[in-house]
Amino acid sequence: MSYRIIHYINQFYAGIGGEEKADVTPEIREGVVGPGMALKAALGTDAEIVATVVCGDSYFASNMEKASAEILDMMKKYKPDAVVAGPAFNAGRYGTACGAVCEAVVKQLGIPAVSGMYPENPGVEMYKKSFYIVETPDSAAGMKKAVPAMAALVLKLLKGEKLGTPAEEGYIERGVRKNKFYDKLAAERAVDMFTAKLKGEPFVTEYPMPVFDRVAPNPAVKDMKNAVIALVTSGGICPKGNPDHIEASSASKFGEYDISGVMDLTADGYCTAHGGYDATYADQDADRVLPVDVLRDMEKEGVFKKLHNKFYTTVGNGTAVASAKKFGAEIARRLIADGVTAVILTST
Amino acid sequence: MRLELHKVKINKLAWGDTTSVRAGVLTVNKEELLSVLAGDERLAKVDVDIALPGESVRILPVKDVVEPRFKMEGPGGVFPGMVSDVESVGEGKTLVLSGAAVVTTGKIVRFQEGIIDMTGPGADYTPYSGTCNVVIILENVEGIDKHDYETACRMAGLKAAAYLAEKCLGTPADEVETYETPCLKDAMAAHPGLPKVAYLYMLQSQGLLHDTYLYGVDVKKILPTFLNPTEVMDGAIVSGNCVSACDKNNTYSHQNNPVIHHMFRRHGKDFNFLGCIVTNENVTLADKKRCSSYSIKLAKTLGVDGLLISEEGFGNPDADLIMNCWKAERSGIKTTLLTDEYAGQDGASQSLADSCPEGDACVTAGNANEVIVLPPMKKVIGVPEEANVIAGGWQGSLAADGTITVELQAILGATSELGFTKLGAYTI
Repeated sequence: MSYRIIHYINQFYAGIGGEEKADVTPEIREGVVGPGMALKAALGTDAEIVATVVCGDSYFASNMEKASAEILDMMKKYKPDAVVAGPAFNAGRYGTACGAVCEAVVKQLGIPAVSGMYPENPGVEMYKKSFYIVETPDSAAGMKKAVPAMAALVLKLLKGEKLGTPAEEGYIERGVRKNKFYDKLAAERAVDMFTAKLKGEPFVTEYPMPVFDRVAPNPAVKDMKNAVIALVTSGGICPKGNPDHIEASSASKFGEYDISGVMDLTADGYCTAHGGYDATYADQDADRVLPVDVLRDMEKEGVFKKLHNKFYTTVGNGTAVASAKKFGAEIARRLIADGVTAVILTST
Repeated sequence: MRLELHKVKINKLAWGDTTSVRAGVLTVNKEELLSVLAGDERLAKVDVDIALPGESVRILPVKDVVEPRFKMEGPGGVFPGMVSDVESVGEGKTLVLSGAAVVTTGKIVRFQEGIIDMTGPGADYTPYSGTCNVVIILENVEGIDKHDYETACRMAGLKAAAYLAEKCLGTPADEVETYETPCLKDAMAAHPGLPKVAYLYMLQSQGLLHDTYLYGVDVKKILPTFLNPTEVMDGAIVSGNCVSACDKNNTYSHQNNPVIHHMFRRHGKDFNFLGCIVTNENVTLADKKRCSSYSIKLAKTLGVDGLLISEEGFGNPDADLIMNCWKAERSGIKTTLLTDEYAGQDGASQSLADSCPEGDACVTAGNANEVIVLPPMKKVIGVPEEANVIAGGWQGSLAADGTITVELQAILGATSELGFTKLGAYTI
């Protein structure tokens, strides 16, 4: 008997359309759709794709809980043994959807799930601890490489075969620690490692220490009178309507907005894009998160020279550290180029 | 200094009229052993039982395990400052009943005591499923303080271990191991060209029943000091710990410290092993700073190129481990760390409470939070209901049929940070 697999893909890979169709609601189709052809070939006779779930990325992102529940209900009817999602490569919302679906499958259906993503896809950081994500190149050009690796991994999981290390199996390290019995006592392994380190020979640590990227704050601004101050926030404050569609969670971008002549952030003009806190008070008065009004007062009083005419904003909620680091570097580059001398960072 | 360990192999226990060894069988005179332990006014009742490898026996809650040893030739006596005078040890000849162990049990301080299964899946995780165990069951007098009860149990275990070995003096050894620890002048000149190394031996000293003793001194009160490895073999370090069972270093594992054993194996070949620096794990920041700086100062004074550092316990002591590590590395001393992990039942959390980039060589004895199901045993020595309250267990750990579901944390020595088991962990 071959295993029953359900494949999850987005509207683009299903051939429905691109961004303009990203709000399509989930549907399930019998058999194979789009990249499912390649997956079917890679699975061979051991497993069969019994159905494919298609969902628009925007729809999923805006209705994560509801969409997950709908999709799981659709899947249950097909009695799957495992779920494969994507590959999503470096598509952020698609990756997040694949991650959320697979996490729900593993936790609620208790069956294996596998996806494929580029390591910087925000879906990796958010969901890698919950299931196996095969490392893929950053674009669909890598389909030929990604799909066979995903198929091999899901078959191993279905057969209950012992998995090797992330490097051996091609999945992104989940950061999950598993116990195992070695051939030697831990004491002997320690003395072996110690000897290798003393001799300058190669060795592999059994626990790579987590490294926190601590940033030492700069010293206090001495010459406030001549300071040009900018506001930067991870609290999601943006012009009303969120014109750049900064995601409510797991932001893939930051916004840069001009506040020349803006003395106060009013409810008519500003809101928050953030989905991780009660937005009521930020939407009522965005100064609560991004204090433009107070800084304008101080500017007038001559406490500092000037409030920079642009502010930068993103959403910290569920955003991958790698993405945040990238945003930070680019924002800092622009601020320095504009002659800003000090920054007030606000979070939520 | 030179110490000979005269090891008499024990592979079975039996009750008998005299306490003695014949053909690998340790016969124990139960009455005599009980009379040795009698007279402690803190104890209401003392009993003794036997648990052998492979038997369907569970012992819980276990406080400590001690290997029977006694000095054939001095100076000094075993467990100095505890059952013997405070004379320095580590020289002469010591009789070892190898394969036998004294296990102390009783409702000691409840939540920090461990499980030994003599068979089944749990037996794979504890070193003490492989020893022939003389189990001392200790009941306290109503109303005494916990630390008094702990002292009484600790002393009973040590006395029993010394008694068993003393009674077997004169038994020819199956194996004699010899350890030489020359004076520093000679040690420094020996093995030219090999790197000089020491073992930074961290001892649990968080206090409130998280205590270890060195020559009878509570190590909370010591400054780091130099110790010959052979002193450890004679019981200079004694556990008084009531901490999570998996990674408290039992007296038995000190006596048989496998780090010392393997350091000696490579001594003279890969490095020149000068000895141990013992240090503590006190809870205040000032103590952590003082003792880590002092330890590394000792290491620098000795002029060592490398330090192998072992931890005891977890959480708070992780800070001591990391301080020792980076202070050594930044002084140009290469380190390797021996620890264990608390990565959550799902293994997805950060394993240590502290870290530093210098800790690039780390061996771990496994994730203590991993859950194991221990099937029922035919016989339980001790109090099975304690499974619901010991560290690593929870209300409901003990099922009606005797099955126990617990974290490895509850199994004695399961993630020993002296590296006494083969367990480890890797990242998926």
